[in-house]
Amino acid sequence: MEKAQFHSPWMPYLLLAPQMIIIIVFFFWPAAEAIRASFFLEDPFFGNSTFVGLQNYSDAFAASDYQRTVWFTVVFTVLVSLLSLFLGLMLAVSADRVLRGQSSYKTLLMWVYAIAPPVAGLIGVMLFDQHIGPLVDFVALFGWEMRVGVNYWDTGFAMIVVSTWKQVPYCFIFFLSGLQSIPTSVKEASAIDCRSETRRFWTITFPLLAPTTFFLLILNITYAMFETFGTIDQIVKDQPGNSPVTLVYKVFRDGFRGNDIGGSSAQSVVLMVVVLALTIAQFRLIERRIHYT
Amino acid sequence: MAVTDLQKVSVGKPAKDKPTRLNQIRAYDHIVLILGVFLMMGPILVAFMTSTYDHVTIHREGMQFGFGGHFAETYANVLYQEGGFTGEVTGLLMTQNSLILGIGFAVGKIVVSMLAAYAIVYFRFPLATFSFWLIFTTLLLPLEVRILPSYEVVQQLGMLNTYSGLIIPLIASATGTFFFRQFFKSIPNEMIEAARIDGAGPIQFFWDILVPLSKTMIAAIFIIMFVVGWNQYLWPTLMTTEEGYFTLVRGIRNIMQQMIGADIPEYNEALAMAILAMLPPALVIVIFQRMFIKGLVEQEK
Repeated sequence: MEKAQFHSPWMPYLLLAPQMIIIIVFFFWPAAEAIRASFFLEDPFFGNSTFVGLQNYSDAFAASDYQRTVWFTVVFTVLVSLLSLFLGLMLAVSADRVLRGQSSYKTLLMWVYAIAPPVAGLIGVMLFDQHIGPLVDFVALFGWEMRVGVNYWDTGFAMIVVSTWKQVPYCFIFFLSGLQSIPTSVKEASAIDCRSETRRFWTITFPLLAPTTFFLLILNITYAMFETFGTIDQIVKDQPGNSPVTLVYKVFRDGFRGNDIGGSSAQSVVLMVVVLALTIAQFRLIERRIHYT
Repeated sequence: MAVTDLQKVSVGKPAKDKPTRLNQIRAYDHIVLILGVFLMMGPILVAFMTSTYDHVTIHREGMQFGFGGHFAETYANVLYQEGGFTGEVTGLLMTQNSLILGIGFAVGKIVVSMLAAYAIVYFRFPLATFSFWLIFTTLLLPLEVRILPSYEVVQQLGMLNTYSGLIIPLIASATGTFFFRQFFKSIPNEMIEAARIDGAGPIQFFWDILVPLSKTMIAAIFIIMFVVGWNQYLWPTLMTTEEGYFTLVRGIRNIMQQMIGADIPEYNEALAMAILAMLPPALVIVIFQRMFIKGLVEQEK
């Protein structure tokens, strides 16, 4: 339906001005700068730069350090996204079914959403600390001598656990609200037709939740790739020696610590392409959204 | 058989189903949820309990599961004692900075994006589609992937170590605009037609009709944006090198670095700061739970 509208030669521009100025100065200018810098080799001492074409890109891709980071980022992202999706769904299904105490469970399960990733990281560092961490004592019972910060995969394990912990509430909230929006008539009809709770879940409930699941999957991937920076920064404690890091952390480290502006920018541009693909996937999904209600 | 069981049988299950199975299902759900609560809240509880002990005990015995006697002392230290490298920043000042960032970000984002969404939905003008796409593009690139050039831009503008440099670049994304655009579109046309017949201009329509209608939406997005703003880390870490501008979440980074160098790290104070940094956003979402969930879930649509 066409929206009834006002006519004014100048007012819409005035209304748009603050947003436009902010995004041009703080979005388009830096984004263009990142793309430009990725084709240049900057001299950090004299400030002059030389055009080098795609060399920054080929250097980045060829570096074993970069390949290792890509590999870890993939493992990390897949595990964090799927684990938080699974745990969030499991908790939401149970929370939807209980009659008593639902709101208390909801409040307690939501709380962690409010925690900033670096704060979660700090708590994780303590829990996984070799001297004071109770989780290290716990896994030692099973003969696992965990050394976070020293052993590559032990550190990666801590990062995955903390990042998943932080994302479960988000998935839980969306799944619970998705479950509660399924009409009672649908639930009743399916209950009459099928006795098995499990089968009912997989044939009726889960397909109804599919749009929410895809939406969350994309958000989880974005979360794992970008927002976990704080968590990772806390766990590697600024001394990334042998610790696994994600691509965003590497962009930050190479650009600000290593002063490799061209290489860091090239890595930024690669990430931009990844986000672009994710966002397009997300919008196509929303367009195709099927509404059952 | 209890009344609730009867109801559940008649609605959810064929009548011949045994009540014991229902009880089993209910017990299973409670076990899952209690385990979930244990895993979610456990670490926070342990962090809080440990923060009430003195650092020597923690160093000797590890993290604690009971309440220690140093609660008042530790938290008073964190809030009022000047710490950091130059000794000019207290926990209280960091809390104040966090509030400025959280509220400034939320209010700024709401004002800017409401105005822009109003222009896009309620006005017909030549550059409307172009502006829409320009704003839309910002959804594609999070700040993290253009962090280095953003820093340089802010540096060139002389905005390092200022509140505006901290807040404004974070507003440069379109999430809020899209949120309000969707909401404005759902408001029936009759509203604007009636307003026009009564002689209301665009400004009056905005103030007297649109803003009051959007109250719940504004509140919901405020809560979400406050939490997002309060929890910012990477940008404040780069932007603020003067300790007077540190937020709590930003301060965590320095605490960690000091801990690495210490013989017996001040675990208790680090954890106390973590608790302080999570408390305001957690309370906001718990108190305004309904609104928060509404605002969050609305983003999916």
